Amino acid sequence: MSAPPAAADGLAIDVQGLNKHFGDKHVVQDLSMRARRGEILGFLGPNGSGKTTSIRMMCGLLTPDSGSGTCLGYDIRTQSDQIKRRVGYMTQRFSFWEDLSIRENLDFVARMYEMPSRREAVDRAIENLNLTARATQLAGSLSGGWKQRLALAACMLHQPELLLLDEPTAGVDPKARREFWEELHELAARRISILVSTHYMDEAERCHKLAYISYGRLMAQGTAEEIIAAQELATWSVSGGDIRDIAARLQGQPGVEQIAAFGSALHVTGRDGAALEAALRQVTEGTDACIEPADTGLEDVFIHLMDKSADNFRTRQ
Amino acid sequence: MRAFSVDRWWGIVLKEFLQLRRDRITFGMIVGIPIVQLTLFGYAINTEPKHLPTAVVVSDHSEFTRSFLAAMKTSTYFDFVEEYRTEEDARNALERGDVKFVVNIPSDFTQRLLRGERPAVLIEADATDPAGAGAALATVNQLAAAVVKKDLGGALAPLAGGPAPFEVRVHRMYNPEGLTQFNIVPGLMGVILAMTMVMMTGLAMTRERERGTMENLLAMPPTPLEVMTGKIIPYVFIGLIQSTIILLAARYLFHVPFVGSIILLYFVALLFISANLTVGITLSSLAQNQLQAMQLTFFYFLPSILLSGFMFPFEGMPAWARGLGSMIPTTYFMRSVRGILLKGNDLFDLWPHIWPVLLFTAVVMAIALRFYRKTLD
Repeated sequence: MSAPPAAADGLAIDVQGLNKHFGDKHVVQDLSMRARRGEILGFLGPNGSGKTTSIRMMCGLLTPDSGSGTCLGYDIRTQSDQIKRRVGYMTQRFSFWEDLSIRENLDFVARMYEMPSRREAVDRAIENLNLTARATQLAGSLSGGWKQRLALAACMLHQPELLLLDEPTAGVDPKARREFWEELHELAARRISILVSTHYMDEAERCHKLAYISYGRLMAQGTAEEIIAAQELATWSVSGGDIRDIAARLQGQPGVEQIAAFGSALHVTGRDGAALEAALRQVTEGTDACIEPADTGLEDVFIHLMDKSADNFRTRQ
Repeated sequence: MRAFSVDRWWGIVLKEFLQLRRDRITFGMIVGIPIVQLTLFGYAINTEPKHLPTAVVVSDHSEFTRSFLAAMKTSTYFDFVEEYRTEEDARNALERGDVKFVVNIPSDFTQRLLRGERPAVLIEADATDPAGAGAALATVNQLAAAVVKKDLGGALAPLAGGPAPFEVRVHRMYNPEGLTQFNIVPGLMGVILAMTMVMMTGLAMTRERERGTMENLLAMPPTPLEVMTGKIIPYVFIGLIQSTIILLAARYLFHVPFVGSIILLYFVALLFISANLTVGITLSSLAQNQLQAMQLTFFYFLPSILLSGFMFPFEGMPAWARGLGSMIPTTYFMRSVRGILLKGNDLFDLWPHIWPVLLFTAVVMAIALRFYRKTLD
């Protein structure tokens, strides 16, 4: 065992300038990220933006091409053994053994971490899962939601200090998702740090902090409010009148960057507030529609960021 | 490098056992392959190997004996590699497999020949592989007659007529009836083990990779050595079960003699099984997926059948093929099994066939650990 990490109660994740190429694809570019202990950090970004690669570099499953950093105070390049013992990593795809039963999977994990009171820990985990009656069922025969709960239980078994969860709730029904998030908040309250990647906006809003990554680049980081404020977007709500017609006519107007329908209203977003307002007034003039300023939502910001990074990406090509 | 944890290692062993128990097809293969192979290889391909290593024990040096040995040599079936002073030394060489034949010319041979007493040349042949010895032995009797005709001129001419003036007495050792099964069935043990052991472990690692469970395994603490050896252990038991099936068939279906120690046989089988399992696990860490692992398996499996002395007598192969054959543990195991079952070899006799297997295992394991990917890179 090496010396205890210096930042014992400071940062759970602290990485600077991480880069990773696969062939000639630059998957992660200059990624710098920090997460404090006991914090739930939401990791967002479109598909293929480098979230999984970043997470794998943080827990030592991939070696970064350049850059450095620590995870729980241990160097991600040289001390991955220490990191592995203290981190629970839940893979995007169910990666436990489908031909082993629930109990056998948990028992295997407990043995891998050399847990002193293995049997008790496994029993407790099965009890918490409410699966005592089905403990001998093969993991492969479980439904998606149950697999996800089993995976979480398995990567929690050795009481890690940091959880890395890669899209843990993909394909899970809303009730199970809510229960899952309640569990995450309970864990955070016990000073367990959590990095969770997700596509769901409601989940993003439940995180303490957010990081948004696109095309391998970190586009924004902070609390939801900070991220929204930093983009300085103006949003207007349009309601009443022929919304579809208005939406069509707004398309391509100066200042109008995003148009999204929310029920019977339109949310129109742009960086230039004055131009946006002018465009809206012009288009809605003489119609029944009424316009009013609205709050910019996280989703508006993320779509804006995604477009922005796509533009960056194209100009670099 | 972290210390080897027996707890973790045992965890992996248990997991493999559980998975194996639920994999019906693999389980069927374990029993099916030996039975199918034993049935298929009922008969072997006969060939006519030449330049077989031969030792001589010559107690009578005369023009006549020299001429006889020279004739044997020019027949190209025999290569004289060693001359021993006593019959016992020569017999030991035969038992160790250093030579295939011992030609024994008694001390009063020429004297008795000249007196017309029809003395005998004794040839002891290693008949464990009857195909290998048969053709060579068939020529010896013709040689005797020819040599006599040529050398017995002048005053000795009367001896040349009538029955041959001396006889060649052949002792087929270890397999007196020249039954091919006695050779093939023990050899099959090597082939079957080489095939199933390499194939099954070849799939062990790639299966984890294909199912996505490798990522999980890598995210957990076990070391490469723990994972690899842990994955091998259940197959050791399978190998021993297969060995038992083959030995039972050898004993009760093919009536192969069991001259040597069964315990020793299981010991060399264990070494051989380990060698094959390390090959399998190495191929497994090199291959990207299960299909590739299977293809790589065949690279190992074909020479094991063709060049190990199983299909063709080892001495009958060209030098390059013998060189390749000498790098495969199956070659040595084949000799050990035949040596134990048919000749009653002991550990000392077998040592030349044991250390190459140990060396092979160590080298391959080192390669496996070198190529084991600790990350997903």
